[in-house]
Amino acid sequence: MIRLERRSAPSPAGMVLIPLTAIFLALLTGAVFLYINGLGSPKGISWGQVLAVYTGMLDGAFGSGYGLSETIVKAIPLMLCGLGVSIAFRMQLWNIGAEGQFYMGAFAAAWVALSFPDLPACVMLPAMVLTGMLCGGLWGLIPAVPRAYLGVNETITTLMLNYVAILWVNYLVFGPWKDPQGMNFPLSKPFTPAAVLPTLGNSRVHLGLAFALVLAVALWIALRQSRWGYEVTVIGESPRAARYAGMNITKNILLVMFFSGAIAGLAGMAEVSAIAQRMQQGLSPGYGYTAIIVAWLAKLNPFAILLVSFLLGALQVGGYSVQSSGVPAAIVFMIQGALLFFVLGGEFFNRYKIVCTGKTKMEV
Amino acid sequence: MKRIISFVFMLVFVVALVGCGGEKPKAQEDKKEPAAKEKLKVAFIYVGPVGDGGWSYAHDQGRKYLEQQMPDVETSYIESVPEGADSERVLTELVEKGNKIIFATSFGYMDSVIKVAQKYPDVKFLHCSGYKTAENVGTYFGRMYQARYLTGIIAGKTTKSNTIGYVAAFPIPEVIRGINAFTLGVRSVNPNAKVKVVWTNTWYDPAAEKEAAKSLLEAGADVITQHQDTPGPQQAAEEKGKFSIGYNSDMSKMAPKAVMTSAVWNWGPYYVETVKAIKEGTWKSSQYWGPMSDKIVDLAPYGPMVPEDVKKLVEAKKQEILEGKFDVFTGPIKDQTGKERVAAGQKMTDAEMLSFDWFVEGVDGTIPK
Repeated sequence: MIRLERRSAPSPAGMVLIPLTAIFLALLTGAVFLYINGLGSPKGISWGQVLAVYTGMLDGAFGSGYGLSETIVKAIPLMLCGLGVSIAFRMQLWNIGAEGQFYMGAFAAAWVALSFPDLPACVMLPAMVLTGMLCGGLWGLIPAVPRAYLGVNETITTLMLNYVAILWVNYLVFGPWKDPQGMNFPLSKPFTPAAVLPTLGNSRVHLGLAFALVLAVALWIALRQSRWGYEVTVIGESPRAARYAGMNITKNILLVMFFSGAIAGLAGMAEVSAIAQRMQQGLSPGYGYTAIIVAWLAKLNPFAILLVSFLLGALQVGGYSVQSSGVPAAIVFMIQGALLFFVLGGEFFNRYKIVCTGKTKMEV
Repeated sequence: MKRIISFVFMLVFVVALVGCGGEKPKAQEDKKEPAAKEKLKVAFIYVGPVGDGGWSYAHDQGRKYLEQQMPDVETSYIESVPEGADSERVLTELVEKGNKIIFATSFGYMDSVIKVAQKYPDVKFLHCSGYKTAENVGTYFGRMYQARYLTGIIAGKTTKSNTIGYVAAFPIPEVIRGINAFTLGVRSVNPNAKVKVVWTNTWYDPAAEKEAAKSLLEAGADVITQHQDTPGPQQAAEEKGKFSIGYNSDMSKMAPKAVMTSAVWNWGPYYVETVKAIKEGTWKSSQYWGPMSDKIVDLAPYGPMVPEDVKKLVEAKKQEILEGKFDVFTGPIKDQTGKERVAAGQKMTDAEMLSFDWFVEGVDGTIPK
């Protein structure tokens, strides 16, 4: 009989072997799809060509300075949103609302940029950062209040507020913020150059990367060294113990959700300022949701979040890049999905082991 | 300790990825290049998948036509490219891969096209449905409103409930123009009919499009048309046993009992002409807005449910449009409040049509302001 047994601690070998096996299985699954699909050629393709698709993906994401820079561009919002949700997750607060907090941060930053176009960059950019973080933070605070005082489930409220934020931005670009010179198209006026975050050389890699790196270090130190970090961890692991220890849970819920939202808001600010350079709909293709996967894969470790974001960014950049050699988008999405499926699924084996016993005894 | 191990592992993994990624493919490129050099490389980017059965599908049919007509041209495409930060990268990559002509087939690529075009002055960019041009950026579109008007005649003749449902993507001039032209067509044969509009705020979302059509059917519509990327609304009409008019490509295959005809895009000839002009060096940046007589827009074959007399009526009007004897937006045209916006005998200018932000009389719906 086979049964599952919880591991007391993940085995060190497993931590290396399990993800490696997962990635291998995912690539194998993708390869089978590619082989069956045959890239539209009637004769089908060889396994060598399947391999070429994978190397093509790697090449698109890392193979050139440009690919690498674009992978980083894609990773920046994931890093920031991932760091944001990870603080909340650490306290077992399920903030699914990074997407909405991202949009509200972008909204507030765009409001500054559009309302005060004459500000010099040295005033404009800090103002955009501050309002963006404040607005994202307040958006995180809205579901935190009923959660802290009434115990209302924050998973649903944070999720619902995403739609409110997205529709609010849509309302603005279709209505009051519509560019009068835009022939009624749903775009705001472009920002002045002062409202655009500086970028690295000729690339689109912007200052948001520095925000993410600094925040990751700050979070790592805060969670490890400060009293607040200790409280967050204890509350997350055992609210009852925390209460006995005299920790203020209500205050911490509010604080953590505010910070969580503020960091996602900063991501929105960076994206609207450096990349879009105007307000528009579809600013985020789901960064706030992907950030949840990022935070989990990284086990809430700030530095691992940076890395995982980078890898997920690469997966998307590389995915588009191989399309021009005839790989349909659907297959690319399937490979991406398979990777996440196997890697997340592999996590299970880090926590449980399969034990074969002689007796029929069901204990799961 | 465990964290450090996982961290180190990830680092090793990334370095490994960079390492493998950097070397192998370059060797392959070198081998391929001599053969590829002779062909002119043309690339397309699509907002949806080529299998959407509508907008992107129609463009891809055009791409295939181009490849068929010009054997010395090599085409490639990238599908499902979101209209945001991603499009700029995808465009740049296509240029880096040696494409000399790029067709960007969705409105939201506009700013990205302009930005990338500035960096690569020797590459020609053609942007569908936008309004920004540059030395190496032209725009192209077709006067779909002419076909819309004709399909309106069929809808007006068909409806029994005098309510026609219109599933519409975004309240932008292109879509509003289509709704207005369609409504004028409907009211030219049936002045009592109303066209009910529902916004989906998405180009491509088969489920949302279908749901919107269902809500219109429940509100009493017995003919459904649409300005979306997929045949979802047509399928909703088919399921309810009602009629429908397709858009983008001939949708009769997806809903054979419902689709009376479709207002279709026929991009192929335009793509061939443009690529030829660029190759011969006669191309100049322009804002091309092709009329029905250029065949860029057309009607798909009629379904068996369309009566002969209606077909005749539509064909006669089509002839007038083709010969330039009839313009859809000719006054008197009233808006929803009954106010006359175009005086009798006057014609709307292209600039007015391209910035449409009001509905004609007979439209039941609002434009968010």
